[in-house]
Amino acid sequence: MKIKHLVSGIALSMGASVLSISAMAADTIKVGVLHSLSGTMAISETTLKDTVLMMVEEQNKKGGLLGKKLEAVVVDPASNWPLFAEKTRELLTKDEVDVIFGCWTSVSRKSALPVLEELNGLMFYPVQYEGEESSKNVFYTGAAPNQQAIPAVDYLMNDLGVKRWVLAGTDYVYPRTTNKILEAYLVAKGVAPEDIMINYTPFGHSDWQSIVSDIKGFGAEGKKTAVVSTINGDANIPFYKELGNQGISAEDIPVVAFSVGEEELSGLDTKPLVGHLAAWNYFQSVESEANTAFIAKWKEFTGNPKRVTNDPMEATYIGFKMWTQAVEKAGSTDVDAVEQAMIGQETENLTGGMAYMNKNHHLSKPVLIGEIQDDGQLEVVWETEGVVPGDAWSDFLPGSKDLVADWTAPTSCGNYNTVTKTCSGQNY
Amino acid sequence: MRYFKAICGCLLGLLISTSVLAESPSEAQLPLLKALTEVKLSKALPVLEQLEQTEGADMMPLFRTMLAGSLYYVKANQRLIAELEEQGVTRYSDMFTGEELTGLSTKQVSKIKVNNKLRGYLREAIARMQLNNPRSEVRRDAVRSLFSDLDTNTIELIRAARLNEQSRSVQEVMDVALALYRARHSQEATERLQAVKAMQESLEPEVRNMLTTLAESDDSRSVRKAARKGLDKIDQQAEMYGFINQLFFGLSLGSVLLLAAIGLAITFGVMGVINMAHGEMIMLGAYTTYVVQLLLPNMIEYSLWIAVPLAFMVSGLAGILIERLVIRHLHGRPLETLLATFGISLILQQLVRTVFSPLNRQVATPDWMSGSIEINPLLSLTLNRLYIVAFALLVFMVLLVVLKKTSLGLNVRAVSQNRDMAKAMGIRTDRVDAMTFGLGSGIAGIAGVALSQLTNVGPNLGQAYIIDSFMVVVFGGVGNLWGTLVAAFTLGIANKFIEPVTGAVLASILVLVFIILFIQKRPKGLFPQKGRAAE
Repeated sequence: MKIKHLVSGIALSMGASVLSISAMAADTIKVGVLHSLSGTMAISETTLKDTVLMMVEEQNKKGGLLGKKLEAVVVDPASNWPLFAEKTRELLTKDEVDVIFGCWTSVSRKSALPVLEELNGLMFYPVQYEGEESSKNVFYTGAAPNQQAIPAVDYLMNDLGVKRWVLAGTDYVYPRTTNKILEAYLVAKGVAPEDIMINYTPFGHSDWQSIVSDIKGFGAEGKKTAVVSTINGDANIPFYKELGNQGISAEDIPVVAFSVGEEELSGLDTKPLVGHLAAWNYFQSVESEANTAFIAKWKEFTGNPKRVTNDPMEATYIGFKMWTQAVEKAGSTDVDAVEQAMIGQETENLTGGMAYMNKNHHLSKPVLIGEIQDDGQLEVVWETEGVVPGDAWSDFLPGSKDLVADWTAPTSCGNYNTVTKTCSGQNY
Repeated sequence: MRYFKAICGCLLGLLISTSVLAESPSEAQLPLLKALTEVKLSKALPVLEQLEQTEGADMMPLFRTMLAGSLYYVKANQRLIAELEEQGVTRYSDMFTGEELTGLSTKQVSKIKVNNKLRGYLREAIARMQLNNPRSEVRRDAVRSLFSDLDTNTIELIRAARLNEQSRSVQEVMDVALALYRARHSQEATERLQAVKAMQESLEPEVRNMLTTLAESDDSRSVRKAARKGLDKIDQQAEMYGFINQLFFGLSLGSVLLLAAIGLAITFGVMGVINMAHGEMIMLGAYTTYVVQLLLPNMIEYSLWIAVPLAFMVSGLAGILIERLVIRHLHGRPLETLLATFGISLILQQLVRTVFSPLNRQVATPDWMSGSIEINPLLSLTLNRLYIVAFALLVFMVLLVVLKKTSLGLNVRAVSQNRDMAKAMGIRTDRVDAMTFGLGSGIAGIAGVALSQLTNVGPNLGQAYIIDSFMVVVFGGVGNLWGTLVAAFTLGIANKFIEPVTGAVLASILVLVFIILFIQKRPKGLFPQKGRAAE
């Protein structure tokens, strides 16, 4: 009996493998997935890999694309930045994928970028980032600073009456650029320089005593104070803990974070975080038909009823949807044709309304501010009216004020200078 | 600025209040309570304000439950209920009768949401109600938490309460509150002057801010002068307490360094083994704490005490195993030992990733370790840090006793001073090696328990501390426990005094540069071993 089972099992699995081989042999559209599955970034990026796999599966159920099946090619760049370039090359030359969904950190994107441009690949980048970039070969479906940081500051300033600002961040490119933009923005809004405190800490910082004590002192001078946090990853937890221990509550000094989402909060002791804020383009708690369906699908796909969804997942979802639409419009997966077809694509946001792909390869999306609840979800307390178009080049930095990105003819340039009317030789 | 003690008071009050039966709400309150379950989050504030004003049942329990985020209502009949989670079981009880409601599923109830605006209001409303609390500390904290928002209504309440107040300390803060109000609103210069005099002894930040405003922009010269004088006095005190605060931060960082390094001081200092897997021993200790809390979810309060001996054993055994299987065979080949232990550290990290997942694990902080002791408004010491300073010193003392007073300690010292001679005297050096390594690793495990309270418990925990540990041991002088102690506290305090000036990133660089320069001058560290033993 047992042996019979075993034999039939083997036969079945062989049959399956034969099937998959035959599927491979047939003409498929290949979707590359370039997310770290090991190393420090695995925590965040594995989720996105699964999201792409889920989308591919769903698309295949609908009959694929252009009459062909989609096939996901997953590689592991292992949180190793130079490896992102190598894996991109591997995907484009060896596997000959038609599109890549990938990267999380800016440094990994910058590493893959030259390869994408050299081999004319196509990549969708789903994470909020510092802006100051627009490549012909990349579509940015995460938030640019004006779709996350600036609205968050507006909310604090107008709705909470914040007068003093602490810009706290981890010491690397995203917080430094974002804080530079925010500082320029605040000064332009009439905030005195002595009312802005900027602080950087190393990756994984855990001894927050003096910094929190400084913030407490800074906030005790009678004006409403808020912390705008670009603190990255797990350094956040000891930071919020120390805030709680030193008796600073969210009503006294609210902290608005740009990298704390549902995924980071899941399974954590959220007590010290309750009431603090986060700014994103998507929250799991938003009630809409599309979102409910998406969450249900995700839980079913992962087989875990407790799995949460987050903003970069929505960005991946929108990117994938738009790509399929663009391929259908272009009638092929040719990179140049799809790139042109992408511009102007529209697809439904999970939070309601439509996302729109602009000429600068950035999305128009709504911005939401949420308060952290004790169950690890975020409750929306404020949202922008309508959608905000992503701005590749910030209007608040001297170097990039005059630059625009426009990938339609006749400009076709990622950094066109509107004053000198030239496109710099730089490709991105 | 509100204070943590006030929150603690509120939570404590919550525990008491839920067991007390409250009277049922009045006719006027009922529609408001119903409205509370219906209105949107942004419209809830006026409802709560009316509730506070309306006569009837005491609203304190309701406000406290709402502040804690455990106010729910039954969807079917809009009855307000409190959620109570005990040992993983969720129970609901009626907000006013206290009657326990059984058979309610989470689907049948809905939470009454709160946001920061409401929390802020609730906290103040509770403070206003607490002005007549029987306990003087509660009254004092209530007045203090009202400082930032003194309107006529609140001042009247405080003034009324002041008449009957007996406690000296509460009278003082009430007087400060009244003075703050007078200083802001009084038209008479003499009255403002009096107010300044009345409050200039207080160290509350609100007083300081008020004095700053008065010193800059009051119409009367004498008021400006008095405010200036008061401000100078406060600034002087602030400077002193700021210094003490920084010293405490330094001590606390030093104690973390001491805990992390002291195990290494034994394995590296005494045995001369460069153990790159030392950080992973710390990590194992931290994960032991996690497992203890996982297995005994109802004993979070005691979990750390259970975890300390367990972590010592887990890490100690791992250490002995490493010594027996690997290091023993590489004796006298430091470079290979370094590479081998580095390999072990990677294996252990990956092992933890496979067993526990690459995600950080959550280790809960027992209640007795959260919060802070407030000495005065300018100086408060966080409890978890305070305990860890004491714990580090305790571990140090115990280790010192073990090395000085036990036969194991005697053997260890003998082997470290002269291995061959010790062997000749009949000491089984390889056994002593294993025990020493086990002891050092076990101490690292204990450090892991302490660190689990301060930082994230994840596969990379050990790597964050290995460099610091070596720095401390080398700086203190190899083979000298006292050197490790002095070095840890010196580096901790130096770091914390540089940090406010240069920022955290530059501070650690400067400390590193300092140590490199120091080692150039004194290659054997602060307290080098002397005599023939030092080779």
